[in-house]
Amino acid sequence: MLIAGKDLRRSVRDRSAIMTAVVAPLVLAFILSSVLGDASTTLNAEFAVVDQDGGEVSQRFVGQVLESLTDQGVTITEVDSPDEARRMAEDGEVAAALVLPSGLSDAVQSFQEAEITIIANPESSVGVQIAESVAGGFAAELNSVRLSISTVLAGRGEPATVETVQELQSEAVSSSTPIGVEEQAAGSRQFDGNTFFAAGISVFFLFFTAQIGAVSLLQERKEGTLARLVAAPVARSSVVGAKAIYSFVLGALSMAILIVASHFLMSARWGDPLAVAVLVLSAVFAAMGLQSLVTTLAKTDEQAAGYGAIVGVTLGMLGGTFFPLSQAPGLMAQLSFVAPHAWIMDGLGELSGGAGTLADVLPAIAALLLFGMITGALAFVRSRSLVVA
Amino acid sequence: MVVAQTSPGAPSSAERATVLECRGLEKSYGDRHAVRGVGFEIVRGETYGLLGPNGAGKTTTISMICGLLARDAGEVVVDGKPLETTSTEAKNAIGYVPQDLAIYPDLTARENLTFFGRLYGMARADLKQRSSEILEITGLADRSDERTDGFSGGMKRRLNIGIALLHKPRLLVLDEPTVGVDPQSRNAILSSVETLSGEGMAVLYTTHYMEEAERLCDRVGIIDEGEVKAEGTRRELVAILGERDRVSLDASGDVNVAARSLAELEAVDEVTASDGGIDLILQDASSHLPGLLEVVASAGAQVTGVNVVEPDLEAVFLKLTGKALRD
Repeated sequence: MLIAGKDLRRSVRDRSAIMTAVVAPLVLAFILSSVLGDASTTLNAEFAVVDQDGGEVSQRFVGQVLESLTDQGVTITEVDSPDEARRMAEDGEVAAALVLPSGLSDAVQSFQEAEITIIANPESSVGVQIAESVAGGFAAELNSVRLSISTVLAGRGEPATVETVQELQSEAVSSSTPIGVEEQAAGSRQFDGNTFFAAGISVFFLFFTAQIGAVSLLQERKEGTLARLVAAPVARSSVVGAKAIYSFVLGALSMAILIVASHFLMSARWGDPLAVAVLVLSAVFAAMGLQSLVTTLAKTDEQAAGYGAIVGVTLGMLGGTFFPLSQAPGLMAQLSFVAPHAWIMDGLGELSGGAGTLADVLPAIAALLLFGMITGALAFVRSRSLVVA
Repeated sequence: MVVAQTSPGAPSSAERATVLECRGLEKSYGDRHAVRGVGFEIVRGETYGLLGPNGAGKTTTISMICGLLARDAGEVVVDGKPLETTSTEAKNAIGYVPQDLAIYPDLTARENLTFFGRLYGMARADLKQRSSEILEITGLADRSDERTDGFSGGMKRRLNIGIALLHKPRLLVLDEPTVGVDPQSRNAILSSVETLSGEGMAVLYTTHYMEEAERLCDRVGIIDEGEVKAEGTRRELVAILGERDRVSLDASGDVNVAARSLAELEAVDEVTASDGGIDLILQDASSHLPGLLEVVASAGAQVTGVNVVEPDLEAVFLKLTGKALRD
């Protein structure tokens, strides 16, 4: 404990350790959350719309279809002319402009060809896709209505009058959709944007923080103080054990600070505190074991830091700390669980939002403890060669 | 009843107690035999020097004695306790000063002392008092609460030694403590070692500086290629050379005739004539010097300079190993 206490004191004075353990992950998570955090729940797009038609169909498109998107973060600006709309798209003021030409409603109601024009802002591919999707959906709906009217008229075997078509059209539009679609998440595994980035970045940096203790052993050898530690009446295993305690405490402290800070600064929702605490401590144990083992493969502290970075970044990417594992292809999603990061993110995702319990994350905890024990035991055996002055 | 009789000035058996015994130390790295059967003893108040060039095996020997390095064979007993790399009791009796600085740069001088003192199991009150004493001894009392990365090289060296003295060890082991040190700090270190030895501490001192070994050490072990080639007091080691002095005469004129005349003298063992003068090896040069000069003058040569070199450990090393200490 004496050696671990000394190392912790040195860490407080060593700004690079604080930067790695707390400041860098917090800043990065905050930036990513600010830029991308709401992307999963809101569209964040601005459209211009030109209604040259002014008829029933175009008013329905603007007043109902586009208006309904405003709840999802879409802003609609009505402009007078296609030229004005084009200028706005070119200047980047809007993601896309939708032009409803005059005669649109008449064309639709008389079963003739009609067209909605989309003017794209080339720098907003996502916004353009949204506009195309909305317009395409509306066109598909109109086509389905037209098809159903044609079917009814064909069945009656009588000629179509304007009154008949309008009557059937009203009925078709007002009828309820026969099949509804409801989105449900499988289980409770559902990160919100802020929590995902807070968790992902914290876990990513944990694997750098957890290496600091093992690397400090190599630093002590370089600085000459390891000789003094070994010459003192202290067992070598105690020196190695002290470095492990140091890593564990540093990792746990950094995670605790990041969890509390992200909760208050980014509104991250981590879930059941007890379950999160047990899962995070298991994560620190696994990270410490893995990075200690990696460190024993190196001869110098610089080399160890390099190896640790390669392992941390590779497994971090594979383990879903930068993108949800659900977005990975099937095989990759399965393969990702060779990385402890994936188990941690899986467990944190289970708890995020408050639905998950300790019981739900027991498999992840067991996997992390097993991972930590195997890598930690190998690291302990190999560390004997490091504790030589 | 038999009563042991001791002379008033002779040390008692307690005063002459053996602090370090090492026998048959062996260490190999692959095919390279770094230390071969090294063994010696050091008693209380004695300074023992291991004198040898770089790579002679001094640091490896010290590392085995301090328990830093597992030995292949041999035995180390410190203060009556056998020492292994896993020993804690025997290590408690040793104060180790590594060749390189071994202090934490981001801790203050007092924090360094406190950390290492606690590592040796010192009680808080005792440690606080002893730390203050060490800071006084090392001249760092007024800088005690400053981080050591702001210290000069000499201050760091003094603290490096001070840490080893903190727990009042029976045996102080210094591994080339003056390498890369300025003359003033070097002199301070040597004076400290003399003082500590005078206070009864056993000191093991390695160096490749002959002057340091001659100044500090009661006994010297000359080590080369992992072996102690000879061991003893300075006088005993010099005796290996037969206590002969070397005299160099800068001379002009008929140098060869003068050399032949000198060779006939009973006191002179060897004579070598060269263009610039004559080199002689003889016993007790100072008493024979006037006679030598007379013979040279009689032979028609003129002496312009005289240099008398008494045998030293450098010469002993040269004779034993065939190479200079700084090779």
